[in-house]
Amino acid sequence: MSLNGGWEDNPGLKKRFLLLSLAVVLIFLLLVLRLWYLQIISADRYRELSEKNRIRYIPVAAPRGPIYDRNGEILVDNRPSFIISVLRQEVEDKDALLARLAEILGEDPAELEKRWQSGSRFPRYRPFPLAEDVSRESLEVIQENSVNLPGVLTEVRPLRSYPHGELGAHLFGYLGEITQKELQSKQFSSDYRPGDFVGKRGLEKLLERYLRGIEGERLLEVDVKGQELRILKTQEPQPGNKVFLTIDRKLQAAAEAAFGEEAGAAVVMDVKTGAVLALTSRPAFDPALFARGISGKEWIDLLQNPRHPLQDKTIQGQYPPGSTFKMVTALAALKAGAAYPSTTVDCGGALSHGNRKFRCWKRGGHGRVDLKRALKESCDVWFYKVSLDLGIDRIAAMARALGLGIPLGFPLEGEKTGLVPDRQWKQQRHGTRWYDGETVIASIGQGYVLTTPLQLAVMTAGIANDGIVPRPQVISRIEDLAGNILEEMQPEILNDAQLNPSDLQVVKRGMEAVVNEPGGTAYKSRLDEIRIAGKTGTSQVVKLKDDHAPKREIAYRFRDHALFVGYAPAQAPEIAVAVLLEHGGSGGSNAAPVAQKIFASYFDVPIPVHAPPSSPMPEPSPLSPESFPPTSTDAVNSPPGGEGGPAQPGAASAMTGTAPLIEPSTPAPHPPSSPPVADDRSLPPGGEEIVPEAEGD
Amino acid sequence: MFDRRLLTHFDWVLLLTVMTVAGIGILNLYSATSIWTGSGPPIYLKQTYWLGIGLTIALGVSSVDYRHLEYCGFFLYGLTLCLLLAVLLVGKTSMGATRWLDLGLFNLQPSEIMKIVIIITLARYFSQKGNVRGYSLRQLFVPFALLGVPAVLIMKQPDLGTAMMVIFIGGTLSLFAGLRRTTLAVLAVLGSSAAGGGWFLLRPYQKQRILTFLNPEHDPLGAGYHIIQSKIAVGSGGFWGSGFMQGTQSQLSFLPERHTDFAFSVFAEEWGFTGSLILLGLYLFLIIWGIYIARRASDMFGMMLALGVTAMIFWHIVVNLGMVIGLLPVVGVPLPLFSYGGTSMVTTMIGTGLLLNISMRRFMF
Repeated sequence: MSLNGGWEDNPGLKKRFLLLSLAVVLIFLLLVLRLWYLQIISADRYRELSEKNRIRYIPVAAPRGPIYDRNGEILVDNRPSFIISVLRQEVEDKDALLARLAEILGEDPAELEKRWQSGSRFPRYRPFPLAEDVSRESLEVIQENSVNLPGVLTEVRPLRSYPHGELGAHLFGYLGEITQKELQSKQFSSDYRPGDFVGKRGLEKLLERYLRGIEGERLLEVDVKGQELRILKTQEPQPGNKVFLTIDRKLQAAAEAAFGEEAGAAVVMDVKTGAVLALTSRPAFDPALFARGISGKEWIDLLQNPRHPLQDKTIQGQYPPGSTFKMVTALAALKAGAAYPSTTVDCGGALSHGNRKFRCWKRGGHGRVDLKRALKESCDVWFYKVSLDLGIDRIAAMARALGLGIPLGFPLEGEKTGLVPDRQWKQQRHGTRWYDGETVIASIGQGYVLTTPLQLAVMTAGIANDGIVPRPQVISRIEDLAGNILEEMQPEILNDAQLNPSDLQVVKRGMEAVVNEPGGTAYKSRLDEIRIAGKTGTSQVVKLKDDHAPKREIAYRFRDHALFVGYAPAQAPEIAVAVLLEHGGSGGSNAAPVAQKIFASYFDVPIPVHAPPSSPMPEPSPLSPESFPPTSTDAVNSPPGGEGGPAQPGAASAMTGTAPLIEPSTPAPHPPSSPPVADDRSLPPGGEEIVPEAEGD
Repeated sequence: MFDRRLLTHFDWVLLLTVMTVAGIGILNLYSATSIWTGSGPPIYLKQTYWLGIGLTIALGVSSVDYRHLEYCGFFLYGLTLCLLLAVLLVGKTSMGATRWLDLGLFNLQPSEIMKIVIIITLARYFSQKGNVRGYSLRQLFVPFALLGVPAVLIMKQPDLGTAMMVIFIGGTLSLFAGLRRTTLAVLAVLGSSAAGGGWFLLRPYQKQRILTFLNPEHDPLGAGYHIIQSKIAVGSGGFWGSGFMQGTQSQLSFLPERHTDFAFSVFAEEWGFTGSLILLGLYLFLIIWGIYIARRASDMFGMMLALGVTAMIFWHIVVNLGMVIGLLPVVGVPLPLFSYGGTSMVTTMIGTGLLLNISMRRFMF
């Protein structure tokens, strides 16, 4: 190792250190000279440049991607809206400015002050909105007075618009201002800023990254007065991608119209591909409220509405399926050999099992019924009887095979799975064994059984499609601006239920009879040109002691749900429909007509006006007045333990207590002297047919 | 073996200077990024964390006798070369350049390590092959090869700024080791012709930067924008500056990269000529002090090591400031202790640690 002395002797080194230090000082001197030139000699010139150099940075919002229906008809669009925003960097007298603006806009100065405060988290050079979606008149006044309003900018910003109003509101969802929490989450961290609007629900949320687009910006050089000198940089915004849905706008509109004022849900599905053609949940909300920023009061109103307009009932509503479940029981029984198409049961209006009596909806009984008639007239006793041999586990397996009680993988958030009970579930959930009585009521879709309307549509499509159950999908494809396809739907099979063709044949014939044969529970909802196959259902929300109370006297929330599921054309099925009317009466009289309108719209056929009561009534006998109360599952014994209507357990226990025999609401024929009608709830004057609206269920 | 003399000879002047500059840097970052509304801790706070980490590293580096480095110099060199190769093969690409190795916990930038390692390597080479008469061209083959291989690898990433720094550091050390007059002349000719030839090796964006530097007004909104805005910021600062957090150029965000490469523009605008002079004075003092440490080093290796580290800091300062005030083209080189960035902070503090190390062992043999 060389030592200190070793190199100090090197005569060159001393000189080199000196030279090195000199060079360093010289170079620094050069830097200082340059700084002196910039900061002293040219300071005035640069200061002037800097003064002039008032650059405005204006972000240009990207139009969100439009949403189209399957035929390219626009469902969700953007419209230009005028925004008054303010650049803090250019405002000198804030209070005077706000006062002047408040006068022009006719707003409360305190409100503007509040928005100013919330805007101060933005950088000073970034404009933030003081008033959104202002009228053209206000805009013009502001533009005329721009000299007196330094720092105030008028901008045009695209705002979501909904050409069809409430149509598809739940599906599309809505936007809302990004929250602090979202800003800090991984999904939004990169290119989102406070004040941005993001999808909060539905497709807007699901497809946020496709729909958002890329914000553009403009750099403007302005003079001291705020006059634009030149545009330094323009980066055009890039609109979001186009989303095409499987929804058919016309059909969706027809489905929503068919509900009238009723609450509920309807799903229309292509039986082969699983493409959802209509998905409606009523009542709906106006998504435009959210687009412009919903007010506190409007929000509270929506939240507190007892009919839950914000809930997407198609996937989030869970209801007992009632008699629409009978296909499941029938197919399970046929598959297991617990029943045959020819198995006949003598329905005397009730089945006694143990010390309990399970009633058919039809007090007087159906007499001898085979499977087809049991479906057609919705005889409960046939299913009660068969289910006892079949057992709950086999019913549950069939239900799940057909898409009930399982997650469907539907892309929208918040999909509920419903509930298909079996022995294991009961043991785990309640820690008690399963009772036969529970099998009996489960066989007609009551008790613990819960399904969503979407699941019912999937089940129906699965039956129509010979046991191949399609997965429901609603996004057909996503295209970028140039038309390149980014995502495209591929039909998927949810499950192959492996149904025996002959079993299917029988069940399908029964479903056809429901609509097309006199005495079928939905006979009055048939179409002339197209044969519909279907099944009605009336599911009990709660058991009422007084089953003769007129509908109007029963509290809304205790009324039965009305259901109908069906497909058409019966011979070569194209679509499956599930309709649920929340607290809507009975399946045959209330839900089936809604489905009828949907089918009529899809096939573009007229709704026939069926002849009034004089039409041939093939089974007059059961129509004696006292047998008439069409109702829900009549007289279902409470299962041991008194676990009754699952939909509203609280209400149920309140109403039922431990009474073993409680019966669902049923209006008395009314007025009694008039020709017996299925029920008095929904038939338009003169249009009724005397069909045991049985739906029994 | 702890020696009490280590404490008595601890170079407080150096440490104090470094901490002062870093402190001013953090203050400046506070102003430069005050209007940012991002998530996570603010930039100035992060820089403070980095300074803390850097200080720990510096003290760690200073505590182990630098002379051990002499023995593992070539090993470190080989290892870093492998890392550079790995970057080209499996590196992480960001913004068009592949500079990082993703180590899971953090991203490693081997080209930064190379800055330090090349100093150690050349210091060892030149200290062992002492040459009183000056190096001939042939004798320089080995050190130039040691320098050239990593420089080419870094250039390929591409990272012109770092490659340039490595060459500048190596060049300074070679020059200081002593060259013959003829060698110097040949190198000057070679160098200028290489600069001409090198033009064709540059990437389009690199050419653009140089063209823009020569005539920034030609493209005021594109590549010239940085230079023009930076000059306006610096110039409008005037003698006294616009005051802390009052610089319109910086606060209004015309200045791009104002927390990293252009941090000095913010400072110059807000503190004016006086502030800039003080900062430059501090930097100059730091460099001269570094040379002083080299001068007093106890051995040749320590001397060359100290010189190398000083050269590294010096060239960063000069290239960065030259760019910011429009004397040099825009090359992505941070201002040591001033620009935001953990990598730069850590490299500078390792260098500081080495200087402390050499300084406090100057009487130990």
